[in-house]
Amino acid sequence: MSTTAVERPLPGGGTEARRHRGTGLGTLVVILLITGVVSLAVGARALSPAEVWHGLFAAADTDQRLTEIRLIVQTVRVPRTVLAIVAGVALGVGGALIQGYTRNPIADTGLLGVNAGASFAVVTAIALFGLTNPFQYVWFAFLGAAVAGVVVFGLSSIGRGAGNPLTLALAGQGVAVFLAAMTTAISLSDQKSLNALRFWNSGSVAGVGFDVIWPVTAFIAAGLILALTTLPSLNLLNLGDDVARGLGVNIALSRTVGILAITLLAGAATAACGPIAFLGLMVAHVARYLTGPDYRWLVPYAGLLGALVLLVSDIVGRLVVRPGELDSGVVVALLGAPFFAGLVWRGKFKSA
Amino acid sequence: MNETSVATDATKDADTTKDAKRSVAPGVRLGRLSFVWRPWMVLVTLLLTVATFLVFCVSIGVGDFPIGLSRVIATILGRGEQVDEFVIMDLRMPRALAGLVVGIALGVSGAITQSVARNPLASPDILGITWGAGAVAVFLVTVSGGTATAVVNSVGLSAAALAGGLGTGLLVYFLAWRRGIDGFRLILIGIAVSAVMQAITTWLLVKADIRDVARAQVWLVGSLDNRSWDEVRVALWCTLVLMAVVAAAAFQFKPMHLGDEIAAGLGVRHSRVRALLLLCAVLLAAVAVGAAGPVAFVALVAPQVAMRLVRFPTPPMVASGLVGALLLIGADLIARAALPNSLPVGVVTAAIGGPFLIYLLVRANLRQTDR
Repeated sequence: MSTTAVERPLPGGGTEARRHRGTGLGTLVVILLITGVVSLAVGARALSPAEVWHGLFAAADTDQRLTEIRLIVQTVRVPRTVLAIVAGVALGVGGALIQGYTRNPIADTGLLGVNAGASFAVVTAIALFGLTNPFQYVWFAFLGAAVAGVVVFGLSSIGRGAGNPLTLALAGQGVAVFLAAMTTAISLSDQKSLNALRFWNSGSVAGVGFDVIWPVTAFIAAGLILALTTLPSLNLLNLGDDVARGLGVNIALSRTVGILAITLLAGAATAACGPIAFLGLMVAHVARYLTGPDYRWLVPYAGLLGALVLLVSDIVGRLVVRPGELDSGVVVALLGAPFFAGLVWRGKFKSA
Repeated sequence: MNETSVATDATKDADTTKDAKRSVAPGVRLGRLSFVWRPWMVLVTLLLTVATFLVFCVSIGVGDFPIGLSRVIATILGRGEQVDEFVIMDLRMPRALAGLVVGIALGVSGAITQSVARNPLASPDILGITWGAGAVAVFLVTVSGGTATAVVNSVGLSAAALAGGLGTGLLVYFLAWRRGIDGFRLILIGIAVSAVMQAITTWLLVKADIRDVARAQVWLVGSLDNRSWDEVRVALWCTLVLMAVVAAAAFQFKPMHLGDEIAAGLGVRHSRVRALLLLCAVLLAAVAVGAAGPVAFVALVAPQVAMRLVRFPTPPMVASGLVGALLLIGADLIARAALPNSLPVGVVTAAIGGPFLIYLLVRANLRQTDR
């Protein structure tokens, strides 16, 4: 598409810039794969590459030690690595999209009420039905996140100003804050849900099995496909509604699909890991710095960066307080924020 | 397609008539200061003032020993009976005044932040103060070590948290300083620092004993319970001084909505005004945190509601402060009078403020359809 060159006349011409961005994308994939392998080997019990290989592919054995390794790799390390990558991609892509659709550089994946909805659903489920097992409330969380996202979008598209970025952002804030207040009100009167809430809030990729990961991945995949279809029109939307309409974009359709994609991505990731704030916002800015404002490049970069950051955070979380663990949601902020602040200070980021 | 173009024409017509009206709107000049006479804005601001005063008085009157509105007003004006005077001035006034001061401080602080950043999602909550204070408070509540207990006993939890919040706010401010303050940079750094503080808070809560968690949670929501005259007096004076500074700078601030270049052309030293106003916003938010704990959302919602009530394109300072006060005192009143078990005021402000903001947004959207 020649529009790229027209939009952003880069020194050195469009093709070279495109090649650079392609190389960057490839490099990110390679780094992500290497980190994934490291993630399999590192933890409370460190494994050598050979042991990891064995744990992944060897058949059941009578050797006690090898069975143990197989158990660790297949039921602990692989699920959390897969989940970190899947959820990281979802949150990164979601963060880039929400900043695009609200045209607001400080929008985060929680803006549509997704995190607040999930927390509210979890607390309600515990207070009403007395659930005790985190696996039981994954689906409540997803339901809460989805309902909150739909309510926000519905409210902001009543009437004619439909899906206006400002209305969307503010309606999202309104719903999120209302739900957060309800969550607090319940948790203050019910100690059991307060107890569950504090663990839920920390956000972690550990301890989730494939019975949860596969369905979540399916939702995220659907979200990713929807997201990819809207990227060209998102570029045009960011030129302003009038220009986009003049260039033939169906604004209402594009926004609806985009918001649906964000809700699926952020909702599914949040349901599986708990609320992980700041990740989406951070990687969206870093991706914009690396690629420029073209969303067809920005969004894939943000997805890969999201996966990388979440995976690295998970690994670091396993190492710093051995033999205990620091939740990856906490590490993302502790690790990412200083780095992010440094880039901000050096003036690397532009406002959308 | 045709319909759309007709509609845009209609909007354009409306805009031009509005512009014509605006140019007719009389300017008022008093010495070096000039105003534009906007009857609607003045009317709404007056109504807000009256409403705030009434809710303030009703809030004082409600309690185990109910006092009528007229008696409350008489007592405030210094012509009340002795019993009323004791109950009102000694027992209930600190709480009500704390609500008033915190509401105004948060509203104005939010209006400044949103104006300077030109971003409606910006609020002092993300400048680090709220979460900084929260992290310190949670640390002091949950870690029962020698030093922590000593600190709480000697200066009190609120003061220690305030120091933490103020420290974080100033840290953000100076981290963002690079040849002057830029609104966007300040907010992004504020978000980063807040994320760190939030992560620390979460981690402390996970590690803590569940009974301490409940106590910390109450503090984190923000509450007006058990205010003393001493605390309120400090908050009141700080707010008054800061408001005076803001009022003085606000006249310089108006042209900055037109952009830095135009403002500079009109003789505004924009970087200095911006730095001063943002510092005031940080300090005002800190005062509010010190007096009531981190009450979320008031600072974000008050300017947005005020803008829509006053029908003004940028957050109006005075009206934002009044809406903030009205929201906080009203929420406190509802929490005490209408709800069964007393909830902290922070929960109720969010539960009222969120839906009200959405109502205003939806109404604005529906209006557009009518036209």
